[in-house]
Order: sequence, then structure tokens, then C-alpha cells
Amino acid sequence: MNKQKELSTSHLLGIKNLTKADIELIFETADTFKEVLSRSIKKVPSLRDITIANLFFENSTRTKLSFELAEKRLSADVVNFSSSSSSVKKGETLIDTVNNILSMKVDMVVMRHPSPGASEFLSKHVDSVIVNAGDGTHEHPTQALLDAYSIKEELGELKGKKVVIVGDILHSRVALSNIYCLLKLGAKVMVCGPKTLMPRHIETLGVLVENNFEKALKWCDVANMLRIQLERQDTKYFPSLREYSMQYQLSKEILEKIGKKITVMHPGPINRGVEITSDVADSAESIILNQVENGVAIRMAVLYLLANKVVKKSNEKE
Amino acid sequence: MSKPKLFLSHDEIEITIKRLAHQLVENHEDFEGSAILGLQPRGIVLAKKIRDAVKEILNLDKINYGDLDSTFYRDDFRRNEKPILPNEVNIDFDIQEKRIILVDDVLYTGRSVNAALSALNAYGRPENVELMVLIDRKYNRELPIAPDYFGKAVDTRGDNEKVIVEWKEGKNKVWISSNE
Repeated sequence: MNKQKELSTSHLLGIKNLTKADIELIFETADTFKEVLSRSIKKVPSLRDITIANLFFENSTRTKLSFELAEKRLSADVVNFSSSSSSVKKGETLIDTVNNILSMKVDMVVMRHPSPGASEFLSKHVDSVIVNAGDGTHEHPTQALLDAYSIKEELGELKGKKVVIVGDILHSRVALSNIYCLLKLGAKVMVCGPKTLMPRHIETLGVLVENNFEKALKWCDVANMLRIQLERQDTKYFPSLREYSMQYQLSKEILEKIGKKITVMHPGPINRGVEITSDVADSAESIILNQVENGVAIRMAVLYLLANKVVKKSNEKE
Repeated sequence: MSKPKLFLSHDEIEITIKRLAHQLVENHEDFEGSAILGLQPRGIVLAKKIRDAVKEILNLDKINYGDLDSTFYRDDFRRNEKPILPNEVNIDFDIQEKRIILVDDVLYTGRSVNAALSALNAYGRPENVELMVLIDRKYNRELPIAPDYFGKAVDTRGDNEKVIVEWKEGKNKVWISSNE
């Protein structure tokens, strides 16, 4: 018999809405797609009757490429859209833009948007399967899934593992999604950074809060280094980037001082010399490029599992 | 639903497996350029038994063997309520220019074999491909596919009847059940 399990949700809006079983199902499916990606012919015909629109209302390199590759490896038809070259600038609303695209018979929408909650809003107002590729400072679910998947691959399991997320927690959707995902899978999570970049009441999510970088490193098995999101900062949160680096930069010196093996992660884009030095980013402990590689398999798994919801919807209509 | 009828007993299945293995050896001689691929998920038990029988006949330690999964190539993806979840693929040799024997338990509509042939293409171009099944359900084919080797043929009528293959240590059985 074929194993028949499915996701508990019809969209991927955030990790918050997923169950532990959902995450495990995505990981299991991603394992098989990793094998597909190691073949000489990396394409499978599973989604050949599905059209996916990638709507990017905010800049992205990695996520957009990764989604597009995942869609193409699954044989889906892909249309791309970025707000810099669109009618959004002319004053069209989000619902109008998306409904116009959907009337061209698009089955799934992958969206990145600068406003938190944009994908959830869309899922309530348009008739399509929505995948959140990052909504403002809220969530970035596929990044959290590929991060957790990469840790699992490196350390064998997540249960009981200690992960510290360092940097601009306040503006980071990666941090929030990671916290939800890691806690659901039984890992211990700490956030570390300057007090000004720490959201109030973040400890109520069940994470530890630490302002001292060295203490945080001594505690952890894995360090996920975040970029300082200057583009989202409307005011000065710390005196200068140089001062931030002096306190929170992951460098060879500090790792040698700690004297234990820490797995190093970064969701990209890296600001070399700010949150992480080049020698650490390129070291054997760094799994930054594995994260990127796993991203395609994770996104294939998500799209594959959600594609089933597309046809169900169209069957209901008949 | 009437009580399932026993179609093949454990001993009969053992004899059939031996016969099928001998037929393979007859056609593939020393198995040098040949390989057995079990179809996930139901074909691999039989495929492994065939592999072991062939090894015994030829007195070899190892012959090329792998498990093939065709989930991503199926034509009924999304026709089911829930997604069809993939199984593992284990092929640790190059299928290029090999003579491949696909092994499954029951041949019915032929659609899963069709998907397996597409899946096989992603791994290379075999010299030729043959099909071996334990049970050939005749008159139900939806595609022009026929087995090269089969254990036993059965004339079942469509969806009203089911062929159930049970693999249990020492108690392998094939049943036919009917809805009428």
C-alpha cells in the first residue's frame, strides 16, 4: 500500500499553523527529492498540470531562485512577477493584482511581501493555494523548514539540541519561523542580540534570552547568525555596525576561545565582516551552502504536498 | 463479500519463484550485464526472493539489484484524496546499457509498470527492459503491456475481484476475493 498522509493545512502561511506531523511529513518527502536531485536527470513530471505564480513584492535572490528551481524540477509551469516592474506601482491593490493573475488560470501562488500577514490576508480573499515566501517581519516558513532539516541532517536529530539565533531578532522573519519550527521539533532555542533588537516578551514563546554573545555560544550546539536588516530599521538601534561587530560577530578568535565545535548557519545574504567573518563562513563547521542545497528539496516537498489541495478545490467546484 | 479463495499456497509460491529464477538464468546466463529492479512498494519482496534464488543457482555472491519507485511518474497523482507519498529508491549501479528485469507482484492495468518505465529513463538508457510478475490479471489491461515472465495468470473481472498477495515469513499466500 502507498502511505497516505497529508498536510493538515491547504496553504503554507507560517510554521505556527503547522503540526509536528506536518513538518515530519515535509522532511520525509524532502528526503526523496534530495535523491531525485542527485540523479543525472533531475526533473520529475509530478506537477506537469500545475501553474505557479511567483509574486515577489520585495527583493530576493536565493528564495526566488530556489522556488523557481523547485517548481521547474517538478515540471510545473512558472510565471514570475516582481513589483518593481508591475502595475503595483500604478496603485493596484494586492487582491486585484492576484485575482488578475489567477484569472489566467494559475493554480498556486508563491508570495513574498513586505507587509506582515500579507499571505494570510490573501489566503482569505482569493481562491488559490498560497505559499508564503516571507511576509515582512512575520514569518518565512520554508527557510525555517530548510534550516531545521539541515540541522537534522548534520546532527542526526533535533530533539534536545541547543540552537542559538543571533542578531536582529526584532526585524527577522527567519527568527520567528525558526523559533516555532525548532520548538515544535523538540529543540531548545535561545535568542541573542542587543537589547534594542530583541522584541518585547519574546520569552513567552518559550525561548531563552541572552545578551552576552560568549555565554550564548558556550551554551549552544548550533549558531544561526542573522543579518542586520538595515533596510527595515527606521531608527538607530545601536551606535554603529562596527560596534555591533565587536560584540556579536562570529569569528575564529571567539570560537577558539570557546573551544568547542559549533555548527554554523546563516540564512543569507551574508554581510561578511559584520555578523560573521569569512574564515568562519567558509569553515568546515559551516553548513551555509548545505542550507541552500536543501532549500530546493524542501520547497519541492512543500509544493508537491500542497498540489494535492489544488485539485481538491477544483473538484469541490464541479 | 464472499470469503477470499486461496489461489496460491506457500509451497506453490516457492516452486513458482524457483521456476521464474531458472527462466531468468536461461535468458541472462551469468547475469554479468543484467540487473533486477523491484518495484516499490509491493514488488520488492518478490524481487529480493528472485534475486536470492538466482544467486543460489549461479553460485554468485552478488548480482545487480535495486528498488525503483515510480511515484513521481504516476498518471493518477492528485486523482486520490490524499497525496501519494514516495518510497525510497536504492540503485547503486549504473543502469546504462544493462539488461533490466522489472519485478512486481501483480500486473493489473499496467499503469504502474508504465510509470516505472518513465522513472527508469531518469537513471539512464538500459539495453532492454523485461517484466516479471507473480500474478498476471488478464483482461484488465488499460495499456499495451505484457509480462515476459509470470507466475500464474488469472481471469479476474475488473474491480469486483481483488488479488491479495501476502508475504509472511513461511506463510506466503495469494488470495482472490470477490465482492459479489
